[in-house]
Amino acid sequence: MPKMPSERKEEQYLKEREEFFKMLPKLNRRQFLKVAMASAAVALAKNQFPPHSFQIVEAVEAKQGGGTEVKFRFAYISDTHLYERKLNERFVRAALKAVQDVNALDPQPDFVLFGGDLAQLGQPEELKLGKEILSELKPKLYMMVGEHDWYLDLGEKWIELFGQPYYSFDHKGVHFIVLNSVLVDDYWTESKMTPMERMKFMAQLDNPKGRPFTVGRGYGDVGKKQFEWLKQDLAKVSKDTPIVVFSHSPLYKYYKPWNFWTDDAEEVQALLRPFKNVTVIHGHTHQPVFNKIGNINFYGMLSTAWPWPYAPTGLPKLTIKMNRADPFDQFDGCGDGTVEVLANGKANKIYNLWSREPMKVTARYLESGGKEEVPPVPADPSF
Amino acid sequence: MLKKFFTLFLLVVVAIFLTGENDLTAIEGGKDGKKSDKKVITACDGKTQVVLNDVSKNEVMPKEKAQEVASMLLATYQQQKKYQSTKFTRRDSLIWERELKAMIEEGYKWFHDPSLGTNGISCDMCHPDATDTHPETYPKFQIQLKKVALLRDMINWCIENPMEGKPLKEDDPRLKAMEAYIIWARANQDPRPQAKTLNPGKR
Ligand code: HEC
Repeated sequence: MPKMPSERKEEQYLKEREEFFKMLPKLNRRQFLKVAMASAAVALAKNQFPPHSFQIVEAVEAKQGGGTEVKFRFAYISDTHLYERKLNERFVRAALKAVQDVNALDPQPDFVLFGGDLAQLGQPEELKLGKEILSELKPKLYMMVGEHDWYLDLGEKWIELFGQPYYSFDHKGVHFIVLNSVLVDDYWTESKMTPMERMKFMAQLDNPKGRPFTVGRGYGDVGKKQFEWLKQDLAKVSKDTPIVVFSHSPLYKYYKPWNFWTDDAEEVQALLRPFKNVTVIHGHTHQPVFNKIGNINFYGMLSTAWPWPYAPTGLPKLTIKMNRADPFDQFDGCGDGTVEVLANGKANKIYNLWSREPMKVTARYLESGGKEEVPPVPADPSF
Repeated sequence: MLKKFFTLFLLVVVAIFLTGENDLTAIEGGKDGKKSDKKVITACDGKTQVVLNDVSKNEVMPKEKAQEVASMLLATYQQQKKYQSTKFTRRDSLIWERELKAMIEEGYKWFHDPSLGTNGISCDMCHPDATDTHPETYPKFQIQLKKVALLRDMINWCIENPMEGKPLKEDDPRLKAMEAYIIWARANQDPRPQAKTLNPGKR
């Protein structure tokens, strides 16, 4: 197989590193500092790809045929976790970087999906700031809600700014569904929590008292209504129509203690089972994670704000873990990406990791049980 | 190794006197409150002591003498243990458990508290259940810090950088409590074998 340009770059970087380490023992302290700085420069140089450099990877794909040609692309940005600008510039910078990336894509994607958790603590100012940043996007924007956007006022401000939290649309023969998958039981009324207490309870990923996400249950009748709507929405779609579902939480069960989990996942999957091609794209997990259950392919999105560690157990078998994130680089392990929808109704996912080579995960990889089109496996995986 | 350890702690000698649990001042006839100018050396149990009648407080022992004293102190300690086998009551262990739990909880609290930084971020946002803190890999060379780092150095680094806060002093109780929580969480909430094995230097 011919080497992709991206592989060569990676090799070159590794070689430079290797040489650097070989030099280390031979140096006195002053020289050492110099070299350490030079190595930082190497790392920096590596990061300075043009924002759309990840399209290089796609060139290799084109020759395959058999319906695998790309019909259209859309981009995603997810989990920006914005605080007010005066408190935290860091996450603002990251969100703006994603917007720049998307605007620099050539050709432009048909639309952008925002994957939820626009805000960190559901504050109106955070949501407004997010809206302002995303309004810079050139392509059309579809919004999805995350738990960080929702639990201060149970969606009031979000709905005011962005509209309905669940809906569907059709695009070039594909049926898209956006869900509100962050509904949980009422934990606040009985314990008389203030809105902020309710928000913070939900915002803590490792909260030992945390409640599992659902699509069709949760407090009041929001979940029940949504589930009914979903049934009816799907009833109108022919079984051959490719379906892409967006959910904030993974629509499967990965790791309950961190709510990498949807408690009624099986019920939602059952509704999707009769369809030929189903792809679920989810946020919340802040890491490359991919899965296949029956007829459904799942891809997790990257966050712009920070990468979550892989959970100690429950990782879907097909997932190839990325290397450990470099804490010295704000953008490492973070990013955005694109999805290619193929003529045959399948979808491939490109993880545009800001400080690394892009990673492309294809439907073929998932459907071959991880045997074909295997994405590069890092030498030094997360542990 | 053990010998070296003790030599380090024992600096002065002359005569040796075992006091066991006795109050040293009483032995020295110091009931009148007068302080002895004799060298007193206490073993790591905090109880077994030697009083060196022929060495004054500020004298430094030659190496041989120091070794002699160390061996004596150790022998005395072991002799002592034979007769008073250590008795831990249930009450003792309850107190220890409670104290440990309190420290871990204190650490948990700070680990989840954005006030260590200035931008709203807290440790748990990137390290749920202290995952990916890898306390078992310390000490290790951190290339970006250009030195061998201890767990606390990395805690401080994360306070200064993602959280844009001020590093804590080495003896800050908050830093200690966070170390306690991190080590406990890694050992108890992560079932993978690598979480249970000391592995200093592991990248
Ligand atoms: C914005 C995200 C972020 C925040 C906030 C953060 N860290 Fe980190 N930290 C990281 C990343 C990423 C790593 C690298 C993880 C790895 O090595 O697998 C790391 C590494 C570490 C390590 C070293 C892990 C190793 O393998 O050597 C320690 C210890 C640590 N963090 C503690 C803390 C503590 C304590 C806090 C709060 C004061 C904190 N971190 C806050 C992102 C963060």
